Amino acid sequence: MSARQPLPKWATNILMPAMNVLLALFVGGLAVAVIGEDPIEAMRVLAYGAFGSGYNLGFTLHYATSLTFTGLAVAIAFHAGLFNIGGEGQAYVAGLGAIMMALWLDQTHWVFVLIGATVGATTLGAIWAAIPGYLQAKRGSHIVITTIMFNFIASAFMSYMLAQVITNPGANAETRTIAETGRIPLLSEYFVFFKHSPVNIMLIFGILALIGVYILVWRTKLGFKIRTLGMNPDAARYAGISAVSIIVITMAIAGALAGMMAVNEAVSVQKRLVVGYVQGFGFIGIAVAFMGRAHPVGIALAAILFGALYQGGVELAFVMPAVPSELVVVIQALVILFSGAMDQMFKPVLERVFGAFRTRSSSTETEEA
Amino acid sequence: MVENQTQNAQQPASAAELPAAIDLKGVSKSFGPVQANKNINLTVKRNSIHGIVGENGAGKSTLMSILYGFYTADAGEIFVNGQKVSIKDSSHALELGVGMVHQHFMLVENFTVLENIILGAEGDHLLASSKAAAREELARLAKDYGLEVDPDAVIEDLSVGQEQRVEILKALYRGADVLILDEPTGVLTPTEADQLFRILEQLRDEGKTIILITHKLREIMAITDTVSVMRQGTMVGTVATEDTSPDKLAEMMVGRRVLLQVEKTAAQPGQKVLEVEGLSVTDEMGVPRVKNVSFDVHAGEIVGIAGVAGNGQSQLLEAISGMFEPLLGEVRINGKAIDFHGEGVADEVREMGLAHVPEDRHKMGLVTQFEEWENSVLGYEDSEKYGKGPMLSLSAARSEAEKRIEMFDIRPQNPRLKTANFSGGNQQKIVLAREMDRDLDILIVGQPTRGVDIGAIEFIHKQIIRLRDEGKAVLLVSVELDEIRALSDRVLVMFDGEIVTQLPPTASEKEFGLAMAGLDPAENE
Repeated sequence: MSARQPLPKWATNILMPAMNVLLALFVGGLAVAVIGEDPIEAMRVLAYGAFGSGYNLGFTLHYATSLTFTGLAVAIAFHAGLFNIGGEGQAYVAGLGAIMMALWLDQTHWVFVLIGATVGATTLGAIWAAIPGYLQAKRGSHIVITTIMFNFIASAFMSYMLAQVITNPGANAETRTIAETGRIPLLSEYFVFFKHSPVNIMLIFGILALIGVYILVWRTKLGFKIRTLGMNPDAARYAGISAVSIIVITMAIAGALAGMMAVNEAVSVQKRLVVGYVQGFGFIGIAVAFMGRAHPVGIALAAILFGALYQGGVELAFVMPAVPSELVVVIQALVILFSGAMDQMFKPVLERVFGAFRTRSSSTETEEA
Repeated sequence: MVENQTQNAQQPASAAELPAAIDLKGVSKSFGPVQANKNINLTVKRNSIHGIVGENGAGKSTLMSILYGFYTADAGEIFVNGQKVSIKDSSHALELGVGMVHQHFMLVENFTVLENIILGAEGDHLLASSKAAAREELARLAKDYGLEVDPDAVIEDLSVGQEQRVEILKALYRGADVLILDEPTGVLTPTEADQLFRILEQLRDEGKTIILITHKLREIMAITDTVSVMRQGTMVGTVATEDTSPDKLAEMMVGRRVLLQVEKTAAQPGQKVLEVEGLSVTDEMGVPRVKNVSFDVHAGEIVGIAGVAGNGQSQLLEAISGMFEPLLGEVRINGKAIDFHGEGVADEVREMGLAHVPEDRHKMGLVTQFEEWENSVLGYEDSEKYGKGPMLSLSAARSEAEKRIEMFDIRPQNPRLKTANFSGGNQQKIVLAREMDRDLDILIVGQPTRGVDIGAIEFIHKQIIRLRDEGKAVLLVSVELDEIRALSDRVLVMFDGEIVTQLPPTASEKEFGLAMAGLDPAENE
């Protein structure tokens, strides 16, 4: 009999996401076939575009770094039971802090720019995220709603700032460019392998952030409180944990993490702040966090996957012009759909399969006995 | 399979003139590696009240869920009235005449009794005709079985006992011949429980079959005709109730002799530890729950608070432990008043020497997704013991957890195991160990043995008495009157948010019953 069985950890954490991605690529392949192109070739181009050369890999890693930050921003809030949809706005507003510090310090040395931009970005990101946190904790305004609203506010506010306040005269809603002396070096300046790809020192920051979040969540007293609140708010109340301060602190950390994207993208690569620079990375961060099961290891893998899709997609549109760039977005969306929204789709099937295996093995055991 | 079926199908028919109402043969069910039911055989005779007892996790609920179509058995056969059936879901079970009254009622609060009864059996698109039919049927059921309920009353206005009647009526209205009741008296006063038993007896006399799942041996002895005992997923045996005794049943359940009686010496009260003065609590909805309550607890005594669930005991515990700010009044521990303002008051109260075992360990006392050692830390995570500064010392926390596992005999002895995988009794021990293994002056403990197996109850009771004998104050809140009377040195009875009276634990059950229903026993003599 095929009774359902609870799945082992590796199946939920590795097998299911892998199946979801494969299914998404398969359906995406079907779409490519429908417009009359070779799906196998398209997938090959996609894979080569993402990992085929040091240059391509550099792009993939650069995008993965941004997604690591926005993914962690969703994940840490998730551990406190909060659904932070506001990564997009948090990263955007953080860009203001990052670029202002960078432009202020760009006559000194890139190390100061790096430190200054990081401080500026994390501070503004933290404040921007802490406000919805405070509203949730004190006023009960639902954080999903408020963080979405704050994305719109961020967008309008930043358009105003970039068009009217810190704009570069003559240019189109962007700041002035960081001076040569203050430019954060790309990794390609140390490793020729990456050619001129945008991957930079923030990759190391991304890895440090992953480790840092792991330590924070599972190795500190604050992390213990965050997880208690997230898993059982009544137990947190019983334990005397202040929900208000934990929610505000967690959201501030989330905002700071999302803000780090500004240093990676705006300061290090674009070297100026452009209107709408986040380009949906804050939202993709939600998919990254979900697919990565809110765990740093999973987030690292998911960030690389989505980074690869982004970069490979650009390459695909370039190499196979018949494949419209919208179709690349479709493939990315399918991955988000299957691994985010329909994440549990394979669960019942897998439970049956595992159940069948286990019953068979246990029945042979009893027969032997 | 097919051969077995014909063999077995004839057996019950030849065994008695009427086939048994329910006959289970070799039923097994496992969840992953856990075998909840192993080769269970159970025969429930028609027109009888059949009790099923067993410790928590013995597999009673799983077995009944199989019978009610909630789970499918991995192996075995089910016969209803001699017919072999495979029950697909609960509506199929109802078609076969098997109805269930759940421990937690499944009623729509703002619907009338009539509307709740036709819910799921509405028939037509227009409600009027089925309502009229139901009204008639309801009147007949009420007459036949003494189940009087106003069909137009709204559920939320009914007492718990009446709501339970609606649940029973719902099952009968759907044509249930076999009625399964899961822990039906947990929420009732002793008087209401007696009324329920009279209804059940009448149902039996009118030809229905009742299966009663309970952990209260007294009820089994009072009302059942036959009783089946389960232990660790197996059926230990079925005996006629008249041939057995609570001690024998307890021994069958646990597999060894157990002490049902708690042994303790007279209390030696010392100075006041806890003072509650004029305490009033209103809940989040603004409903008054605790009304001007005052009492003291001294060192070296156990003060029990008796009462039916939902009479303000939960809110009283939450206020005293600093989890909820009371409207009025003061709580003093060792003469020092609790300052209820601000966040994290529960933490401050803890530091004042109060340890709190909450009523509902799943809801509050534990984070079930945590590993055992993490729950051993819960509430004390800021303690220096678990690491200085912001870091949590895993090694300190785990070795502390291991020590407590040893001290309180928590099984399995693995601090890395997820808490949800411990049995109810062991989960409760995790909470008790955490709250008792510290420097404390007063322990407040709610429902210490709810959902806890008999073997563990004995242990938990001993620990509470030990604490008292060490000169600590204990405030015990329980809806189990037997437990209150066995452990307490003084008993306060709570009704509708007020403390109606104080009784010695030796007072008669009738006196307690009256007090718990809000009547002063002295006036009703």
